[in-house]
Amino acid sequence: SSGINAEYGIQTNLSRMRNLVSRVSRPFSRICAYRQLSSINDLKKTALFDFHVEKGGKMVDFAGWALPVSYPDMSHVESHLHTRKGVSIFDVSHMLQLHIHGKDRVKFMESLIVGDVAGLSEDTGTLSLLTNENGGIIDDCIVHKSSAGFLNLVCNAGCADKDYAHIMEHLSVAQSQGSDVDVEVKPKHGLIAVQGPKTAEVLQQGISDDLSRLYFNHTTLTDVWGIPCRVTRCGYTGEDGVEISVPEDRVVELVERLTATSEDVRLAGLGARDSLRLEAGLCLYGNDIDETTTPVEGALMWTIGKRRRAARDFPGANIIMDQFAAKPKQGRRRVGLIVEKAPARPHYPVLNTEGKVIGEITSGSPSPCTGKNIAMAYVDNEYTKNGTQVQVQVRKKKYVASKVAMPFVPTQYYNPPKN
Amino acid sequence: KSRYQTCKAVVSTQSTGSHEWVNVQGSLGRVGITDHAQAALGDVVFVDIPEVDLDVDVGDEIASVESVKAVGDVASPIGGIVVAVNEALSDSPTLVNSSPEEDAWIAEIEISDMSALEGLMDKEAYDKFLLEG
Repeated sequence: SSGINAEYGIQTNLSRMRNLVSRVSRPFSRICAYRQLSSINDLKKTALFDFHVEKGGKMVDFAGWALPVSYPDMSHVESHLHTRKGVSIFDVSHMLQLHIHGKDRVKFMESLIVGDVAGLSEDTGTLSLLTNENGGIIDDCIVHKSSAGFLNLVCNAGCADKDYAHIMEHLSVAQSQGSDVDVEVKPKHGLIAVQGPKTAEVLQQGISDDLSRLYFNHTTLTDVWGIPCRVTRCGYTGEDGVEISVPEDRVVELVERLTATSEDVRLAGLGARDSLRLEAGLCLYGNDIDETTTPVEGALMWTIGKRRRAARDFPGANIIMDQFAAKPKQGRRRVGLIVEKAPARPHYPVLNTEGKVIGEITSGSPSPCTGKNIAMAYVDNEYTKNGTQVQVQVRKKKYVASKVAMPFVPTQYYNPPKN
Repeated sequence: KSRYQTCKAVVSTQSTGSHEWVNVQGSLGRVGITDHAQAALGDVVFVDIPEVDLDVDVGDEIASVESVKAVGDVASPIGGIVVAVNEALSDSPTLVNSSPEEDAWIAEIEISDMSALEGLMDKEAYDKFLLEG
């Protein structure tokens, strides 16, 4: 949805959820993270739905899917902090998983995303961006090059229909021009994220591959407790961890195997997922980036490989590269802020010290790890130096904020040792 | 004795439910959010308290209570002038979680029209409401 992002919406009213173990009853909230469930039957369900409900998951509507925002054993903050000490499991099966086949698959992928796909080593991947002809961002995504002879693409659930239509439109053109390429939705597979410093130790118990050799952004096809899976060392929390693509009919089994290894392994929901990714400085599509933000404005130029920058061979390339070359004093850029006293929330105005509006908050939350209120905002380029003082308008009052470098909490990606 | 209010559940994207209590001593009413409300919000991280001397109508938003994920507006069940605010909530927002209906009162209002109390529920009616919706 444009403008108002998919994750935040205006709460409707007091309502009760029938046929569910846990009662979601939010009496009031002007900025509620998730739309109140008026009817769970209208929502799509992952293969873990019954499992979530059985475990007391507080179910909410996220991008048309019924997903847990939290579980009864831990508060939001507890779950967040636990992820940085132990292991948290998130159900991310709602995300769009695609396979791209054919001799021309790399060329086709590069016609859609900004990354250097040709330059990827086998069984590695990267965060990338689908861009539009205006230089805006259609979605952020993860692409992996599989040694099994195809590309693996994971896109946001909130953009699934849009991305799929966009990709299929381009596919149709490519095929009509004789390209040997095809795209299919990966059938009947769930996706779980297993995140936290103890992930490798826990997962190693079910996998024969040496996880100490599976580095950040590397992927492998392997059996996990006898279940054929794709295991990729990546995630959305800033912690070491993996995402596991698993046959739908065995995802419950996998989650139960994981939770059985140790008390340190806990289920986690969308609430903690959002505060974790914000601490890690990771964008939420729809909030921090959208079709009106370029990779220059979004401070995401690193996703555009050197070769691609020179070739200008991705949608909107000329607009993006011209904007980048100009290094304008005008225009806006995405920055991190620490806000005093009050939490900042999406759409709160950002002002300079004189009270002039210079931007807007796109994401914000109290940060459990730092104890501070952190936020992402777009501000006019002259206010983007570290330490710059600005103000955030929180309802009727203004609070002092400072621009800081992100991530707010150091990341722990499992990178190979530097030689 | 405290009186309670909550908006009726209406199927509309515009209306919001709210759960406030008011405790009346003479012509003064202390206002806060109920235990049910704090439980739904989760750990409170920030309370935006009103200014003293604020002129309040029934239903006006006089404060906000924030958790990690949500911001809740506090609608005044009574009208009048704010004569005192609970500064303790600035330093200890989690008072709302631990003592929502006692120590975490938000504002004290000199009530201009006592008839506003007639539309409010007593504790028994409120508890019944929570059970039945």
